[in-house]
Amino acid sequence: MTEQTTGARALVRSLEAAGADTVFGMFGGAILPAYDPLRDSRRLRHVLLGHEQGAGHAAEGYALATGKVGVCVAANGAGSTNLVTPLADAYMDSVPLVAITGQVPSSSIGTDASQEADIRGITLPITKHNYLVTDPAEISQTLAEAFHIAATGRPGPVLVDVARDALEAATTFVWPERVELPGYRPVTNPHSKQVREAARLLVEAHRPVLYVGGGVVRAAAQAELRVLAELTGAPVVTTLPARGAFPDSHRQHLGMPGMYGTVAAVAALQQADCIVALGARFDDRVTGRLGSFAPDAAVVHADIDPAEISKNRRADVPIVGDVREVLADLVVAVQAEHSAGRSADLDGWWSVLDGWLTKTPTGHSAPSDGSLSPPYVVEELGRVAGPDAVVSCGGGQQQMWAAQLIRRERPHTWITSSGLASRGFALPAAIGAKTGRPDTTVWAVESERSFGVTSHELAACVLQGIALKVALLSTGGLGSPAHERGLPDIARLVEAYGCVGLRCEKADQVERVIEQAMTVDDVPVVIDFAVHHDAVSWPVVPPGTSEEDIAAARRMAPEWDREDGGLW
Amino acid sequence: MSRHTLSVLVENKPGVLARVAGLFSRRGFNIDSLAVGATEHPEISRMTIVISAEDSPLEQVTKQLNKLVNVIKIVELHPDVSVQRELLLVKVRADLASRSHVLQTAEAFRARVVDMSPDAVTVEVTGTVHKLEALVRALEPFGIRELVQSGMVAVARGPRSMTDRALRALDRSA
Repeated sequence: MTEQTTGARALVRSLEAAGADTVFGMFGGAILPAYDPLRDSRRLRHVLLGHEQGAGHAAEGYALATGKVGVCVAANGAGSTNLVTPLADAYMDSVPLVAITGQVPSSSIGTDASQEADIRGITLPITKHNYLVTDPAEISQTLAEAFHIAATGRPGPVLVDVARDALEAATTFVWPERVELPGYRPVTNPHSKQVREAARLLVEAHRPVLYVGGGVVRAAAQAELRVLAELTGAPVVTTLPARGAFPDSHRQHLGMPGMYGTVAAVAALQQADCIVALGARFDDRVTGRLGSFAPDAAVVHADIDPAEISKNRRADVPIVGDVREVLADLVVAVQAEHSAGRSADLDGWWSVLDGWLTKTPTGHSAPSDGSLSPPYVVEELGRVAGPDAVVSCGGGQQQMWAAQLIRRERPHTWITSSGLASRGFALPAAIGAKTGRPDTTVWAVESERSFGVTSHELAACVLQGIALKVALLSTGGLGSPAHERGLPDIARLVEAYGCVGLRCEKADQVERVIEQAMTVDDVPVVIDFAVHHDAVSWPVVPPGTSEEDIAAARRMAPEWDREDGGLW
Repeated sequence: MSRHTLSVLVENKPGVLARVAGLFSRRGFNIDSLAVGATEHPEISRMTIVISAEDSPLEQVTKQLNKLVNVIKIVELHPDVSVQRELLLVKVRADLASRSHVLQTAEAFRARVVDMSPDAVTVEVTGTVHKLEALVRALEPFGIRELVQSGMVAVARGPRSMTDRALRALDRSA
């Protein structure tokens, strides 16, 4: 199929052909030629954000909530450099993203032209791949490659920088039937010998753990994971980006591992004799000092990215492949072991783990004076909003409370900036999630500082009828006045944008105010929860937990690099 | 740390050198020597990269390199099963009194004289790093005016070609 068109129309036709339905963007400068055909497109919705960082995070939120490739568009110069944070974020968390930027005309490239920034050079280390297109005839092929690279293998962001003259020039549009890149052939089929070896280790282990990372969500492998978990009886831990990959209500689920994880999850990894890592990367927030992490464990490491295997922790059984295929094959291999009469008795292991679960469950202390503590608000939000609501959260303490206390049952209901822990992620990512899944309730959990980074995107919500909800944990109402600390009056701020603003100061009002927010479905709602200062400390356990058990938990944990590890 | 020679086939596209060089520096590796040039196939360039690294970081950087979309193939070439060569051009002070000694020294290393003026001689030599170093040591007493050295290029001994399979991959994508 060949048709005469312009570069700009070829770009829009390519987005349509690639299956995109939503584009998050901010127009201006050299990308303007693309906006006329974009407006004319009946298959693409353009969501206008107030800042390119918002557009990038929104595209991430869309991708994380739907499992599809997120698309964002920005202008040249500062428009493009404002995408750096979301691109770095998407790169760290393997979020499939295609970012399109306008570039100065090709004859001006390299001359320090007005509003020129070498965004391809700038984003080399934070994209899976990137392109500069100066020939209009290459636009469709490049877009096809960009979507292919973003979505396959280990997903990630791909940037396509298009020179203005390429958008304006006449060209022909041809959508390639297939994309073949000689240097890009992700291995998805796991090696059967490695899988059998992994199954043997798993059934011979006395203290196995399934260490589940974000790759399981990206691969949509939750069903296969559950089958393997129930077949083996092994405990499961889910990392920050993997929350929801395994139901929190499942009795084999120990919760999140790591520096701010549950005691049971940390203990399970530390004391394991076999760790099966599935789409996880032994991040320092999970392992602490590597030498102190899980000293007795044999490691099976399955990942689609061969470079992750043995990067931090040496793998005894490396498996390169799509984790969904790995899990499916592992189930068959474990069944074969069982048929041959080999299976482990995990009763002893579970009695140890149940001990941790009983003595040191996840919890928090409620202030006796009825005032609000951040973990209380977060836990109540999870309970009242329910497991179907999508929760979005950026970097900060509120992220740790939300990850620990908001129970998740399904993937794609928890959207967060994990690796980069970007402040300002929650609101724009929630915009993306709500756009991608308009029938779902979407909550952004924010701290004051995080909210301050991107709160202007409330204007985008009001303008485009994106009725999301924000739970803001603010200490502004207590202690020194907010304005003295450079923070706005939240009620007046959100009202000025045209949002519904609610405020909650007492523990006994929390449920009612969340329910009230849930009755509003035409404009965004921001609840200003006036919480007192609190700090996440480990372990996060309820009042009444014995000092002895807390000390035992701390002794058992790996060594954390806390001196340079302060998240906030 | 030991020295490793990596032969890397890449797509001949703009920015590939920046991607490769950036990856090494970002992951904390120093490149000892780098040579980039054409191959028998116009769409493929070949980089020869010499780095000093332990085995485990070398494996990691090789895997990361392999992830670059424009990188088609990587082979490590061990010195005992490959031919490794560098090119050296050295301009040596040589007046009438010393010129014959300089020329004799060059001849002993099978270096070619490529330029001569009343005060200096420029010689060209190819060989292994060790041979080049030895020549430089031998010429130093005369006075070295200028010295320029290429990156190492290398090819495996024997009949097999590392580009064959890469070319087939390229043909499939064409």
